[in-house]
Amino acid sequence: MKIELNHITRIEGHAHLVIDRKQGVLKDCRLEIVEAPRFFEAMLKGRHFSDVAPIVARVCGVCSISHTLASLMATEQALGVEPNARDRLLRRLLSYGEIIQSHLLQLYFMAVPDYLGIPSIFQLLDSRRELVARALRLKRTANRICELIGGRPVHPVTARIGGFSVLPDAGDLKQLRQQLVAALPDLEATVELFAGFAFPEFSRASEYLCLSDPGRYPLHSDRFHSSHGFNAPVSDYRRHCREYLTAHSTAKFARTERGSYTVGALARLKNSFPRLSPMARKVAAVLAIDAQTSNPYHSLKARLVEVIHYVEEAIHGIDELLLHGLNGPLSRRMPSGGGRGTAAVEAPRGLLFHSYSYDRNGLLESADCVIPTAQNLASIETDLAAILPTLLDLPDRELRRRLEMLIRAYDPCLSCSTHLLEIDLV
Amino acid sequence: MKTRIGFFDFTGCEGCQLTVLNLEQELLELLELVEIVAFREVMSEPSGALDIAFVEGSICRREDRERLRSIRRRSAVLVALGACADNGGVNALGSDRGPELLRQQVYASDLAQLQTDPPQPLSAVVPVDYRVPGCPIDGPEFLAILQALLLKRQPALPDFAVCVECKLAEYPCRFDHGEICLGPVTRAGCRAICIDGGDRCRGCRGLIESPRTTPYHRILEEHGLSVDDILDQYRTFNLGEAKP
Repeated sequence: MKIELNHITRIEGHAHLVIDRKQGVLKDCRLEIVEAPRFFEAMLKGRHFSDVAPIVARVCGVCSISHTLASLMATEQALGVEPNARDRLLRRLLSYGEIIQSHLLQLYFMAVPDYLGIPSIFQLLDSRRELVARALRLKRTANRICELIGGRPVHPVTARIGGFSVLPDAGDLKQLRQQLVAALPDLEATVELFAGFAFPEFSRASEYLCLSDPGRYPLHSDRFHSSHGFNAPVSDYRRHCREYLTAHSTAKFARTERGSYTVGALARLKNSFPRLSPMARKVAAVLAIDAQTSNPYHSLKARLVEVIHYVEEAIHGIDELLLHGLNGPLSRRMPSGGGRGTAAVEAPRGLLFHSYSYDRNGLLESADCVIPTAQNLASIETDLAAILPTLLDLPDRELRRRLEMLIRAYDPCLSCSTHLLEIDLV
Repeated sequence: MKTRIGFFDFTGCEGCQLTVLNLEQELLELLELVEIVAFREVMSEPSGALDIAFVEGSICRREDRERLRSIRRRSAVLVALGACADNGGVNALGSDRGPELLRQQVYASDLAQLQTDPPQPLSAVVPVDYRVPGCPIDGPEFLAILQALLLKRQPALPDFAVCVECKLAEYPCRFDHGEICLGPVTRAGCRAICIDGGDRCRGCRGLIESPRTTPYHRILEEHGLSVDDILDQYRTFNLGEAKP
């Protein structure tokens, strides 16, 4: 028999899952990415560096901040520009806001319905209005970080080459700090909610990749590392993360020399557990997750642990900004020239690489973006193939539900994945 | 009975639907008035007839055209949500090169699933009743348009330029910083958010109806820009007029 899940819902973007099984034997399992390709890298060709970040932000609405930052950092590297400590901290805050926002959206809007057995969170408007209101309150606070520092949550406007064009107001930052502290009871209730869910039993150790930032939980860094050994400069990403086309997908897949690998919250948590904030480690204990976890369904728990970590970090970050003051010059000067640069950030869904080459007039010659979901696709397929034989006795409906939950646990973002891919000039 | 609304998306970044979900403070109240019956990002329910369909993204494949036509058939009102649906958006940036060349540059492959047509706005395929411009859309403007539709009024977009909003807010003119700003000829309604953020206007909301009848287009001419220069700048978010 053939099972097809068309237009899998509650993920970003479009995918089908096709499973072909015959008498309990799995014949074929493939994740078809059917989102239309957009050829972003080719469209960037010939554009001036000052236009590149605003255009690539449009690769993805949910992680437009990560795309903007990775793009700016790669361009800055190419041009030999370095933002000051204040602006680097502001960029960290901007990333925190996006990750918290994206994680909350996934946890409440996409995962909660799975675990409560309903088609949408909006079904709870009457029966559990407080839960819906809490989800919205938390999301608002996260978006407030993005608005205050980035100008708006989707496609930020203030971040530019060299730093920022506008700084947040100190009074607004104090207010945001209060909002973040006031969100703690809502976060406690969220932890309680997720601690009560029965997560499916399944375990498959993958290779886990994330940025490496000594002494810190990974976010922005010029090195990345693997659970299986290597630690390398991000400019070496093509040596370690090989992309390939499959016959059934508009997104490229990726593998290391050992095979499929995993990026995102679970990879970060596993590789950097001791560097989580004290509060986040407590929450991890409550949710029964630690560095040993290899259950991909537990990515949800990892996301929630990260929400706590980043909220705590954001509060400390604001304190630091207020302590050192927001004074000092803005990056008004537009650099000139060209060059090559590669940068990476931890986007909500994991490692995001941008790499550019500009000619001496600052016009883009080639661009390459490697997006988290594309790196996870092979891992999702491997998981699906591994879990399927254990589910074949389940009724169709339940089987479908379990598989969809597994795909959603990765929070795949397919709008992003269909524009990775490089222009090869060689 | 509540008004049944649905959200659909084609080729785009889903940032406009996210902007709707980001209306956290209004969403609960809004859901008292409308029933959201389709929103693939956050729900898994099939849907029947709709009062209003909001459609994000541009159209670049045969199956997209068929799906859009079927959404049109079962929707009383169809609204283009955001620049990609409204005027091709950033997807159309490569429209001067054609999908064949872009595909070879990016994928170097002829696999069937990579075949696409040049991205088109919804109106190239079906009649579009109303539109919410911008990349991304402006949340409050979306609410105002939805409110008008719920009250059975004609939603109206501002027919003046971003320059007006910018000057009222007393933001420094980008031309004084030596940048090219499309505020003089771009439709207002965004509260000049990019200029407030220290950037310039890149024209994501499209041209006002008759740019030459307003005084602002002269700002562009005073800075030595020709109509061609301006249209070239417009290509970032708007499908080129004469091109396929």
